[in-house]
Amino acid sequence: MIITKQKNFEDLLESSGKGPVFIIGCNECATLCHTGGEEEVLAMKDAFEKKQVQVSGWVVLEPACHLNNDKRLLRSFKEELSRSKKILVLACGNGVQTITEIFDDKDIISGTDTLFLGEIKRANEFDKRCNMCGECLLDLFGGLCPVSRCPKSMLNGPCGGAKEGKCEINPDRDCVWDQIYNRLKQSGKLHLLDEIQKPKDWSKSLEMRREI
Amino acid sequence: MSFRSNLEKVLSDGKFAVTAEIGPPKGSDPNKITKKAEMLKGYADAFNITDNQTAVVRMSSIAGCYILLKMDMEPIMQMTCRDRNRIALQSDVLGASALGIKNLLCLTGDHQSFGNHPSAKGVFDIDSMQLIQIVKNMRDKGTFQNGDEILAGRPNVFIGAAANPFADPFELRVDRLRKKIKAGADFIQTQSVYNIDKFNNWIDEVRSNGLDKKVHILAGVTPLKSLKMAERMKFHVPGVDIPDTIYNRMKNANEPKKEGYEIALETVREVKNINGIRGVHITALFWEDIIPSLVEEADIRTMH
Repeated sequence: MIITKQKNFEDLLESSGKGPVFIIGCNECATLCHTGGEEEVLAMKDAFEKKQVQVSGWVVLEPACHLNNDKRLLRSFKEELSRSKKILVLACGNGVQTITEIFDDKDIISGTDTLFLGEIKRANEFDKRCNMCGECLLDLFGGLCPVSRCPKSMLNGPCGGAKEGKCEINPDRDCVWDQIYNRLKQSGKLHLLDEIQKPKDWSKSLEMRREI
Repeated sequence: MSFRSNLEKVLSDGKFAVTAEIGPPKGSDPNKITKKAEMLKGYADAFNITDNQTAVVRMSSIAGCYILLKMDMEPIMQMTCRDRNRIALQSDVLGASALGIKNLLCLTGDHQSFGNHPSAKGVFDIDSMQLIQIVKNMRDKGTFQNGDEILAGRPNVFIGAAANPFADPFELRVDRLRKKIKAGADFIQTQSVYNIDKFNNWIDEVRSNGLDKKVHILAGVTPLKSLKMAERMKFHVPGVDIPDTIYNRMKNANEPKKEGYEIALETVREVKNINGIRGVHITALFWEDIIPSLVEEADIRTMH
């Protein structure tokens, strides 16, 4: 899932000017992150109105990153949208840009910062799991990814800084190399670590388009 | 037999080697390096010039090394993977060799979040293991990382790497050393030793695996200059292991600076007698002027 956090309200207020603003949410990742579901969209609407910013309407797209579906759903808001100078999108960076693609005459405001691709550990707690590097190496590391979970993306880790299983960058975070070691040891596959992993082919992470 | 560097010759001759670290200045004044270098000349076989250590911007390692070369002193150029990708690193290996730099120390590098530009983008295109292997292939096979042939002059350098006997998981520390040897490390400089017992456990295992015969290991020694430094090293610097006994000695000392020096002297004497240790690497952070007396008193003065 794409993990987002809402931008500072004061900054959004400044970007929105006096409005009118149309607010768009997303029913998938941003809903689960509590950054752009119906609840958050309505809360944003209230907060804007309290500050005398006119809100022309709102919708939660299904999901915001689906171009054709967005066009279809937004058709029912033609009138509200025609009155809006600005559109605030409470979705990930992808969702925001899909909206940009639809409207060429409106200011699009990104309401969130997109953080990472991660899992929901429990309500309101998210952990990074993938860098979308284009060439998955999980088989080599017991199903745990050092590219996304080691701050130095070390393929031949661990570095010399881990202490009691915690990362040197942030003692609240587990060292993924410690986890890799323990998992491979448990499954009798420590020999996988004998191999020197070659430099990664980062060109695989440069894919910009895929058609099936 | 011809040697790539003086350091390689000293180690190959079976003499106890001394290397010392010189931190480049936060500025472009070359005198900051020449002053330290003049003071240390003759007290070590080669001198590490750090590469923006702890991710703080300083004069580049390659420039610092060149200043030493002009003073007829032998540098060890430290290279980290934090700030340069494989293109820049290989280019600097060629440039360093062209300038006459004969020793390289390959490191992954401290994460940028520890330094004075925490908003910088860390590169980490490759890691230290891969850098060692790349430099070895450049030297021995005459190829770049992509397989292309080096057309005009292979970098004939003595390849160094770091080892931390104290980091977790401890069980992996010797395996990691083995891997660095396999990648191409000729010499190793260890993390600073304060916990002699743990260091002995590590070197015992290194010896029982015969790894001390495959690589020259230099034990790291960093004199503690003050109680504050001991506290910082014990509680805040990743990868450093200061046992309570050492910490308490610093805490209870009337003159912590003198105590720190004594601890360092004892450490040098102890590691000197450890089978499998071929030298010491002295990192006297902001206290380089202590190195001459430490070397004299420990009776490891080189002049090889």
